[in-house]
Amino acid sequence: MSARIATWWTILRICLEERLVYRGDFALGTLMRFLPIVTQIFLWYAIFEARGSSALAGYSYEEFVAYYLLTMVSRAFSSMPGLASGITRQIRDGEIKKYLIQPVDMLGFLFLSRFAHKIAYYSVAIGPFALVFFLCRGYFHNLPAEAATHSPATAAAFAASLVMSFVLGFYLEASLGLIGFWWLEVSSLLFVYMLFNFFLSGHMFPLDMLPQPWRAIFDAIPLKYLAYYPAAVFLGKVKHADLAIDLCVQFAWVVFFIGLSRFMFQRGLKRYSGFGG
Amino acid sequence: MSIIELCGLSKSYRVYQKQEGLLASLRGLFRREYRDVHAVRGIDLRVEQGEFVAFLGPNGAGKTTTLKLLSGVISPSGGEARVMGHVPWKRENAYRRRFALVMGQKNQLWWDLPAQESFRLHQQIYRIAPEQFARTRDELTGMLGIGNLLRQPVRELSLGERMKMELTAALLHSPDVLFLDEPTIGLDVVAQHKIQQFLKYYQQHRQITILLTSHYMKDVAALCRRVVVIAKGRIEYNGSLNGIIDSFSGHKVVTLQFATDQSSAGLERFGQIVEDQPPRAKLRVERSALTRTLAAILAQYAVEDVVVEDPPLEEVIASLFTQVERDSGAEAQAASGTDSADASTAGVA
Repeated sequence: MSARIATWWTILRICLEERLVYRGDFALGTLMRFLPIVTQIFLWYAIFEARGSSALAGYSYEEFVAYYLLTMVSRAFSSMPGLASGITRQIRDGEIKKYLIQPVDMLGFLFLSRFAHKIAYYSVAIGPFALVFFLCRGYFHNLPAEAATHSPATAAAFAASLVMSFVLGFYLEASLGLIGFWWLEVSSLLFVYMLFNFFLSGHMFPLDMLPQPWRAIFDAIPLKYLAYYPAAVFLGKVKHADLAIDLCVQFAWVVFFIGLSRFMFQRGLKRYSGFGG
Repeated sequence: MSIIELCGLSKSYRVYQKQEGLLASLRGLFRREYRDVHAVRGIDLRVEQGEFVAFLGPNGAGKTTTLKLLSGVISPSGGEARVMGHVPWKRENAYRRRFALVMGQKNQLWWDLPAQESFRLHQQIYRIAPEQFARTRDELTGMLGIGNLLRQPVRELSLGERMKMELTAALLHSPDVLFLDEPTIGLDVVAQHKIQQFLKYYQQHRQITILLTSHYMKDVAALCRRVVVIAKGRIEYNGSLNGIIDSFSGHKVVTLQFATDQSSAGLERFGQIVEDQPPRAKLRVERSALTRTLAAILAQYAVEDVVVEDPPLEEVIASLFTQVERDSGAEAQAASGTDSADASTAGVA
């Protein structure tokens, strides 16, 4: 076991070192993540101004801003830029061979690699994140008693849902990338996925704004756990009684996608032709 | 028991056949034609511990596919293989810790990091004890003359330096079997020679088993006693390097140095003249008639010096490949003549 931990640590350390090679690109990529949130805040400010009312579908303007800030956090955990397309490219170009001939698990290796990327990202982004949340602290003042700011149980559930959103995001995108064993090129599929992800994960608007039956449909698919759910938990939009069940469902989705990606990997290898020389 | 055993090993691929033009591309959206490519057709082979075997064959002969099968990168369509008692495509860690594959055209090191980081990762992945790791790394990098480049990012190394690093990475865990796929491709003669010398020394010293594919006959001649010629997915020859010339070349090359006033006129009676630069001439003579022909030449011409050589290996191999291509072409033609349901066009999807 200690040998395995030493291997994980080495993979993590090397991935971290690799991430820090291109300093300029890394810094720019990290800081630019904050730009979209500004446009979202201005957009909803304009909508509220035009409507002239203080609430929209149960959300005040302050809650909207707080929601977007929190989805920014959950997406920082769950988004996996370049993962699916990278897996497909490795299959197509033959780079995947190195994982097959060495005593290493490819999905485990990529998971640690992504974990390292996230650590590198958070360690730089934590400053700007703290500054943004400090400047926007006024938007978090009037949260209900069930919100994470008041309830340790909600704060713990928020943390758990964030961690699971990272694992879910990884294995969901890995499964998409592994379609490359069958299709070789999945860029169009990824485009469609990104489009759905943008709307159905709650990145665009809080999903509980939707009327039935859309709400029930969106609730039944796993994308909501990538952005909406952690934010809703933090804001106290999920009742304490429902937290445990919801987290279990999220966990079940995590297990499902781990199983699916493992299954696809094994099946894919059976039909893999060792492309790329 | 042999360290590598192949029995009826075969691998076929289904390859999309696209016709030229936009219309064909649009048609391809709904209906596609595929062709079965038989990359490896029922290979039987045994390799003993400590052998250095070369796989020779033209492009597309099935050499690399065989190495991919043996290293577990792909699964076969039929047949069996065991390497050190393991079935390669089961990809057991116990097997993967005992072999290495180096591909001349593929980089396995971390591109943006110094090679020493990749080596460190290999140490952990292959569970190499720290002292053994340091000793092996220093020994290998010392032999290859790359000890001073360990801290330089891989992307900034020359092709030759990179290949030496790849070899070092592959040998850190002291594999018992090494698969080399064109390790000297694209290298200059100095780097080629250095790698040849290294492989020769390492293999003799450690007695590991090496399977090598290369298009450079110098690699093969310098390193391998045994040669397996593969063409069209089949083994066409399996034996010593010299045996190829004996088996596939029916002639010898005779170089004659005449006395200065002697003309070479009439020499064509004895064989095909390859070169005629008086007072020197070179001709190709039937192997079976060599003694008789030489006696006749020496009786009729004033010859100062005679050299009898085998034809160049490259020439023999090239004619062997051509012969195999011709035979398989004729075979395919005969098959399509007798069987209209030719297997080459497998289906439409």
